[in-house]
Parts: sequence; C-alpha cells; structure tokens
Amino acid sequence: MKDLALRALDAASRAGVTYADVRAIETRDRDVTTRNGKAGNVSCSESQGIGIRALASGCWGFAATSDLTKEGIERAAALAIEIARSGAIAKKEDVALAPEASYQATWVSPCAIDPFSIPVDRNLAALLAVDAELRRNPAISLAETAMRFVWQRQVFASTSGSLIDQTRTTSGAGFSALCYKNGEIQKRSFPNSVGGQHQLKGYELVGELDLLRHAPRIAEEAVELHSAPQCPEGEFDLILDSSQLGLQIHESIGHPIELDRVLGSEANYAGMSFLTLDRLNHLRYGSEIVNVVCDARLEHGPGLGTFAFDDEGVPAQSTDIIRAGEFVGYMTSRETAAAVGEKRSNGCMRADGWARLPLIRMTNVSLLAGEQSLDEVMGADHAIYMETNRSWSIDDKRYHFQFGCEIAWEMRNGKRVRMLKNPSYSGISTEFWNACAAIAGREHWTLWGVPNCGKGQPEQVMGTGHGASPARFRKIKIGSAYGG
Amino acid sequence: MADSAEAIFGQVVDAARAQGVTEVEAILASDTSALTRFANNAIHQNVSERNTQLSVRAVIGGRTARASTNRLDRERIVSVVEQAIAITRLTESDSELQPLADPAAYPEVNRWFESTADATPAERARAVAEAIGAVEAAGQTGAGIYSTEESCFALLNSRGVNASYRETTARFSITAMAGDSSGWAKAGACDLRDLNPLELARTAARKASQSSAPRELPAGRYTVILEPAAVLDLAGQMFADFSATAIREGRSFLNDRIGKKVFGDNITIHDDASHPLQSGAPFDGEGVPRRRLTLVDGGVVRDIAYCRHAAALAGAAPTGHGFPLPNDYGETPANIVISGGDSSVEEMLASTERGILVTRFWYIREVDPYEKIFTGMTRDGTFLVEGGRVTAGIRNFRFNQNLVEMLSNVESLSATARASGEETFDMVVPAMKVRDFNFTEVTRF
Ligand SMILES: [Zn+2]
Repeated sequence: MKDLALRALDAASRAGVTYADVRAIETRDRDVTTRNGKAGNVSCSESQGIGIRALASGCWGFAATSDLTKEGIERAAALAIEIARSGAIAKKEDVALAPEASYQATWVSPCAIDPFSIPVDRNLAALLAVDAELRRNPAISLAETAMRFVWQRQVFASTSGSLIDQTRTTSGAGFSALCYKNGEIQKRSFPNSVGGQHQLKGYELVGELDLLRHAPRIAEEAVELHSAPQCPEGEFDLILDSSQLGLQIHESIGHPIELDRVLGSEANYAGMSFLTLDRLNHLRYGSEIVNVVCDARLEHGPGLGTFAFDDEGVPAQSTDIIRAGEFVGYMTSRETAAAVGEKRSNGCMRADGWARLPLIRMTNVSLLAGEQSLDEVMGADHAIYMETNRSWSIDDKRYHFQFGCEIAWEMRNGKRVRMLKNPSYSGISTEFWNACAAIAGREHWTLWGVPNCGKGQPEQVMGTGHGASPARFRKIKIGSAYGG
Repeated sequence: MADSAEAIFGQVVDAARAQGVTEVEAILASDTSALTRFANNAIHQNVSERNTQLSVRAVIGGRTARASTNRLDRERIVSVVEQAIAITRLTESDSELQPLADPAAYPEVNRWFESTADATPAERARAVAEAIGAVEAAGQTGAGIYSTEESCFALLNSRGVNASYRETTARFSITAMAGDSSGWAKAGACDLRDLNPLELARTAARKASQSSAPRELPAGRYTVILEPAAVLDLAGQMFADFSATAIREGRSFLNDRIGKKVFGDNITIHDDASHPLQSGAPFDGEGVPRRRLTLVDGGVVRDIAYCRHAAALAGAAPTGHGFPLPNDYGETPANIVISGGDSSVEEMLASTERGILVTRFWYIREVDPYEKIFTGMTRDGTFLVEGGRVTAGIRNFRFNQNLVEMLSNVESLSATARASGEETFDMVVPAMKVRDFNFTEVTRF
C-alpha cells in the first residue's frame, strides 16, 4: 500500500505541479440484514484504488482509479494534471494552502473484537433472535434487523513529505418494527433509525447495544402508537432524547459551520449557510449552557468522525464551535483556513473512499454534557418528550428546520402522562438553541453515529459523530408537519 | 466489455465448480466519469474516477449471498467466488428463494454516445466558462456542475443469461445568485449534444434577477404552478411504493389502494424503460426484461412492480423491476413517465389570478408513510403570480403536502419533458398547476 501511494505520488510529481497528494485505500465491508424471519441482504465487498489530487496552474485536478497497474497509475496522474490545467480557463485566483508540517505515522483505531473474525452465521443467529422477539407480537407487519461492518486502510502521501498509514474499523447494528393497520403505518427503531447505532468500534458494539432486551418494548410501542392520540399542534416545552438531539446538532450546527459551504462551494447543491463570516464571534448561537465542539480526537470517543489525521494530512483536533452560547468557530481546510484568519487548518477534510475528493466534513460535532440531572431535564411542569428521528428537513442556508420523530409522550412534572403519535417540531436554528433550558450530565451522554451524511457533487456519503445527552427547550413550535 | 465479461464469467464458473457449486451469477459494472464543478464564478473542484467491479452471487440449496471486488486479476476472481460461496453456505435456507433467472430477449435501446464517452476536461471547462460568462454578465455569481459519464453493465448467470448494456450520461446544473435571490436550472441527457449549458445559465440568471427583493407572504394554501423539476422531485418520492414487496411488508401507501381511484382523473403514469427520453438498462437486477407498466390510469392505481420472488408469491409474472439479490427492497419502477396535458407554463400563469410559481423543491423528506405527506422547502426561484403574470419573487416556503391530495388537485398539465432534480432520478414529467398546495411556514430568505 505504501509503495502504491508513493509510486502514484511519483507519477504526479511533474513539472508545473506545485503540490500533490495521494490516498491509496483498501476497504472491506460486510452487510447482514434480516426481514421477517429470513436472511435479507447478506453480502460482503472489497475495493481498492487510489485518488490523486494535483495542484497545477493554480487549480486543483483530481483523478481516481481502480487500475493499479503501472500504466493505470500513470494515466490517472496525467489525467489529474490535465484536469487541473483545464480549470485555468475559469479561474479567479490561484489556490493557496495554509502551511502544515509533514508527518510519518501509523495509526490503527481501537477494535476489541475484529468483526470480520465473526462468521456470518453468528451474525444471522443474533439478528434472527431479535427478529423472532419482534414478531412474537402478532401485530408487527415487518421486522427488520441489520449489522454493518467496515474496515478501511488508507495510506496518505504528499509532496510535502507526509506518509500516513491509518486503519479504521466501524461497526453498526440496530432493528425496527413496523405495524400497518387500518390505513396507517407506525414504526419504531432501536437504538436509532438510520440502521441503528454506528461507532468506531469492533464487534463489541453489538454486545453493548443488547438489542434483544429492547425488542419486546419496541414492538409494543409500534403497535400502541396506532391507538395513541395525534401529537397536538402549538407551542410547548420540548424534550429530546440524545439520538434525535444528535441529528438536530448535525443539521442545525454541523452543516452550517462547514467553511467551504459558507464560502459558496456547495451553492449549487447542498446550499450555503446562515453563518456568514461576519457572524464569527458576533452571534449568540445558543443559550449560555450550550457548548459545542468539533472533535476528531480519540479522547472525544469512538465516533464515526474519529481519526488520527484528516484526508489532507492534518492531525485530528478539537475546535470550539459554540462556547457558552457564543459562535466561535468553523470547520476548516488548508485551502479555507485563511478566510477566517486562521494560520492552520483544523483538520476537517474527509473523502468518501479512494474515488472521491476530500471536502470539509463533520468529524464529531457534539453538544457537551450539561450540569442538570435527567430528572431536572425531564421535570418541566408540562412538556412533550420525543424519541428517535423519523424525518428531517432544513433549508439550504440551514436556518429553518422541521423534524419528525417516531414517538412522543406528554410529560407533566417529569411523568409520562400519555403516548402521542406523529410528533414533529420546527423552528429557526439559532432561536432553537437559544431556547435550550437544560442539558443532562455526562452519564446520559452518547456519541451517536450518522452513517449517511450526503454532500458534494458527485455526492459523497460520510459517517459523522454527534455526542449529546437529553435536553429540554422552551416554547418550541410543535405539530405543524400535520397542520394546515 | 461484453467479451471481457464473458471471459471473466468463465473464470467465475470454473472457480465455483471447483467448490462444487454450479448456480452462479456475476455482475460486471464499469464506470468512467468526470465532473467539473464551479462556484463563485470559477472552477474549484474538477474530478474524474474510473472503477470496475465484479460481483458474484451463488445459489446453494435455497441459500444466496453476494461478494464483490474491484480487483480483477485471476487470483482475486477466484477468491471473490470462494467468498460468495462461503457466506452463502452460512446463511439461512429459504424455501421461497427463486432459482437463477432463465435467458430472455431484451428490447433494444441505444443510449451510448461517443460524443459523451470521449468528452475531455477542456470541453467541459470551455462550456463552464461560457456559462459563467452569462451569469457574470448579469452581475451575478454562478455555481454548478458539468459531468459526463460512461457506464457499462453486464449480468451473466449459469443458466445462460447474458445481458449487457452501456450508456452515457451528461448533466449540467447551475445556480445563479444575485444579492438577495437566486435562480436554478438543470438538465440531463444521454448525449451531451442534447444539453445546452449556456441556455440553462441564462434561465438561471433570469430567474435570479426576476426574484430579487423577495416579498414575504404568509404561509397557507395556495394555487401553485410547479415546473417539471418541482413535479419530479416531489411526485418522484412515491414510486418505490409501487412494489409488491413493499405492499406485502406493509410499508407501502398502496396497501388497500390497488384498483382504487386514488388520484385525479387527469393522472396517468407509466413505467417505460424504452421511452426515448428515458435511460437505464432494459433488464433488471436478475436479468428479467423490463415490462411497460401502467402504474396509474386516470387516477386509478393499476399495475405494481414484481421481482421474481414477489411474482412467485403472488402468482403473477415478474415485471423486470427487481434489484440484484440479495436486497432489502424487492423491486421498484425506475423509468417513470407521467402523462402530460395540453397546457403550458405560460397558459398556467395566464389563467392564475393569484398563485405561486415554483422552480424547484429542496430537502424533501417523508413525514407520513401512509398518508404520503412530504415536507421540504422551495428554493432558487419562487414567484408570486397575480393577474395572470409573475409580479414578484417571494421568500421561500416550507410545505407539508399530502401527495395523494396533490395529485387529486391538479388543474392542468403541460407537455412532458425529461426533468432533472436533486432529490430523485430523472423522469419524464409535465409541469402542473395544483390548487390548495399546503405551505406551512415561511423562512427568512
Ligand atoms: Zn448531513
């Protein structure tokens, strides 16, 4: 792999190329799912390739190939340079990169049990046991379970002399129960929708999730939702579980702090951001108890956004994003850091495999644990408590959002009074975070994985991490998804 | 590609036989694509990729599983076959699993164009520079993409299926931004000569200037004129439900609605892989020829798609819409053609006393799976229509709209066009004028 990366770097180091980097990547993954008592998708795949990024004539060019013969590599390197030069016809200024030291490093993510050492029949047996438990409830129309494992080794080499060898293993598992009855579909998922929980861990994650124990309750809730009253429309105090709050962070903080997006790179697709440059250090993003970091370091936890170096060779860092409610930081890259007066990238460039260009992506964007107890968070006079994301939508400046959840309860003085179906809430990003009244402490904090974040053209899918504990928000608009 | 696919399949069959397995299927997919991306009136991300993947599925005593690799040397081919067989043997047996498909004849389609397969970085950059010029001339900022792609696909199995297909695709998309407004246009075609980037740039620039100084309107129910991209991205969300597997599993909104009048009289929808404006292979993931389906006829839900498994369970014929096995979805129609009418966007505007013209929707997500309520935003060109003409740009709305209701409230339809959006694949759809569209909130821009 190192040889491959260095050979490709060599091929790209030609006259007129001011900088180049190469990522040689090998990936293995495995998917195992079940549906209503049967094996579903049982598959595995491996992929190997190189992505070459070259700076010539002041422009970027990128070429990726799975053809790892000498000719294949040379063709890709030449194409990257040809593409870079072609861009000069529509160039405004030369690309400049913030300085970064060079590194020689090898890093392997912690993984207690190699998931690929577990035979597929054991995966299926564990999932079919959960499936059987779900379908013990006769009203369940569809029981779905899933496990997914990914192993990836990447060697990064750059003309500035870095040679970085990183291996990451991620695991994911979860299940859902769907009940169709009388012209209505209700569904519950555990521990989260999006295929469950996903972390930078080995097979040990599956044991920790204890899927089987939660199956009867989840099936029962899917059925009970049919007879629950509709979530009311109006202004209420809102309590979110940590998984839904993780997605709320992702959409209303994580995306708007992507500096490339702020600067217009994504204008045609994902959009721009309400966090224009003048807002930095001049915006009350949230209430005083809101503290958010973007942290790729292992100390933060085993997140989908945890690594040692980003995909342009910058070491993992922790950046304050919101400090005591004030907006204080963006996610940056070597190319964009100067736009906010930074001398160095904070290490957020990530690419979806060997075939795609690194972009500014969330690493682990997390809400730090609060000082309230769970009882204090849940203990408003009257509130609505929602769990598990069902739908998410936010405008192209990441300002106005609407989320739907799978289930809710009306709460009085910390007690669940009744279950509510089809809950949703909506608002404006900054108004929402300013309404944050209580955040539960560290013992209720979970680092959730979002495995399916889309960005870029061609689209790249990335896994991101979001730590959160349950939190309460004052006077939030609830129920408009079913309004009108 | 067809020759090399056969040679590789020969190696797959030999490797499987060595393991005592005779029932195998192989898919060889190769893709070469390039995309020139621009923002702030300059090319900023300019990429290309090339990949070939071999994927092998074994069938052993009611069991099946798939292994894939993109390393195509002899040793890796043997190893991917061995892996497919090893994990197949470890899965659970299913008495309903279908044997591999038998050979069939496929309709002929030609969707491969040398012009597009051979497009160079310089060609794309020149077209992009020209488009940027048009937006800059209007004093605006442009962002977008110009992509070209060639993909080849071959599916072979040990029962004699030998299906292959190749196609090219070109796409151009542009957003033009003025001070407080924006406009957008996008198109896709198999032949890049059918694209006109400069024309699309001018459309986006015109929409951006027309929507400047947007007014804020209260949320509520409005008559809307949806351009084809808006129709596509919203109506396009429901077709995965026209699936026998989705219905059997209770996850489709068509449960208890087949054969019933669900939409308005003027809604007729086909799935037609051979339509001249469509793209994609004329066979499905198991090698079954795609049949033309009448999904909706005068508002009545008629046909649904059946993969071979779903067809066997229902005693129906497979329709050629299955995904490669094993999968979690079953099947879906993928060549949607919504019949048009005799109106036009101009006539729709002229006949509207008060309404809203929508260029596109964004971030569309399902709120309710059976009621088929979707939420999302308007974006890049939302206009107030008064007294038969566009009078102002307006701030963007969030909608929460029931699709069944929307397609029952269509007042007129235009002729059809191949439309491209960002939320689903290209389809052939008309523009629509729809009454009582449900905007529930307004954003601040
Ligand atoms: Zn995302």
